[in-house]
Amino acid sequence: MAIKLHGSWMSTATLRVGATLYEKGLDFELVPVDLSAHEHKQENFLSLNPFGQVPAFEDGDLKLFESRAITKYIAYKYKEQGTELVGANFSEMPIIGVWMEVEAHHFAGPSTKLVWELCIKPMIGIPVDETVVEEATGKLNGVLDVYEARLAKNKYLGGDEFSLADLHHLPNIRYILMTPKASLFTSHPHVSRWWSDISSRPAWTKAAALSDAAIPKQA
Amino acid sequence: MVALDFRVRGRFVSSVVGCIVRMVVKLHGAAFAACPRRVAACLYEKNVEFELVNVDLFAGDHKKPEFLQLHPFGLVPVIQDCDLTFFESRAIIRYYAEKYAGQGTDLLGKSLEDRATIEQWLEVEAHYFNEPAFSLAFQVLYAEKLGQEPDLNVIKSSEEKLTKVLDVYEERLSKSKYLGGEFFSLADLSHLPFAHYLINDSGKGYLFHDRKHVSAWWEDISSRPSWKKVLEL
Repeated sequence: MAIKLHGSWMSTATLRVGATLYEKGLDFELVPVDLSAHEHKQENFLSLNPFGQVPAFEDGDLKLFESRAITKYIAYKYKEQGTELVGANFSEMPIIGVWMEVEAHHFAGPSTKLVWELCIKPMIGIPVDETVVEEATGKLNGVLDVYEARLAKNKYLGGDEFSLADLHHLPNIRYILMTPKASLFTSHPHVSRWWSDISSRPAWTKAAALSDAAIPKQA
Repeated sequence: MVALDFRVRGRFVSSVVGCIVRMVVKLHGAAFAACPRRVAACLYEKNVEFELVNVDLFAGDHKKPEFLQLHPFGLVPVIQDCDLTFFESRAIIRYYAEKYAGQGTDLLGKSLEDRATIEQWLEVEAHYFNEPAFSLAFQVLYAEKLGQEPDLNVIKSSEEKLTKVLDVYEERLSKSKYLGGEFFSLADLSHLPFAHYLINDSGKGYLFHDRKHVSAWWEDISSRPSWKKVLEL
């Protein structure tokens, strides 16, 4: 198989790439990386990503890491098939690009902290740091206030059409909705409307089902 | 390459139709601030004429209602280019690097695969280098000016993070002249502002100069005419 995705369906960054591959209708092989055994920190994996984080990606001879670089590559390389993810015209590109950066620099920070504190730590038996949760909640709420204003006037973050700017949010929101902090999203009506739309896409439904199957069942 | 060619032609048509009267790009920011400097460096590399519209950060102009109309998070830089207003420095540099692919320095490589590798290292800069570099520079350069005690724990942890990141860079640059390959690109350019703060203003140059390949890379990219022009703004 030419396309290989090294990662775990539990990982938000792996899900980000998986959703993109499904949106494009591409065949690929998921090469499992055992995070609980710290396989991502061992030499074999470090040769794919020297920062020891999933996912890593191969398409023929090309090797990449960093999920947002991978999704962009897929969106441009396979532009003519599946869902358009980076704007049909160049004129749409700057605004889609802006909201991709907003996700990366404003949304990802506090949302990743909440996923770590409220989802991952309980799974691996580390106590939650309530100070971090409170600070991240405040920051994320401020970000979602900006999103609420944006989505009151636009169907999607990039404009009229679904794009990577929306897709990149899917994994972290999915996890946060499993926690008491789901109220951050339900308290913003336009954000809720947007979430219902983007999370019901078939590509995401497929990726989310794989993630469900990968999460260890609590007793 | 076909996809790139199509986009070049598409861009030319939309530029002519969208902006009949040639207007200078407005870059809202402060000359000393890192993220506006990132954009200015790119515009100089691409020979794109621009006007720096000063935003008084110490007076908090970027948090006032009129500026929040331009940038909902109240940050610099913001670009106004004909009827297009947008923000986030790394979105801005990607846009101009692609819009003006045919002029100035090629910052995106020659193929989709080149572009993908550049994007990878641009993401590394954004997600591994930026935060500890910003934190370290802030504590050393600005904490006292803003009436705070420099946080020694933050300084220590930021240096530790940067040490690990620059070890990866040393390995990469031992095999490749620049981060994205054998050519200067957006991935290198994006490091200029905070690396400059650390090396020239914060006394943290040893983090770079103690690493042979990182040091040579820094000497190369920081001596580019575009970067010297940015420092004169």
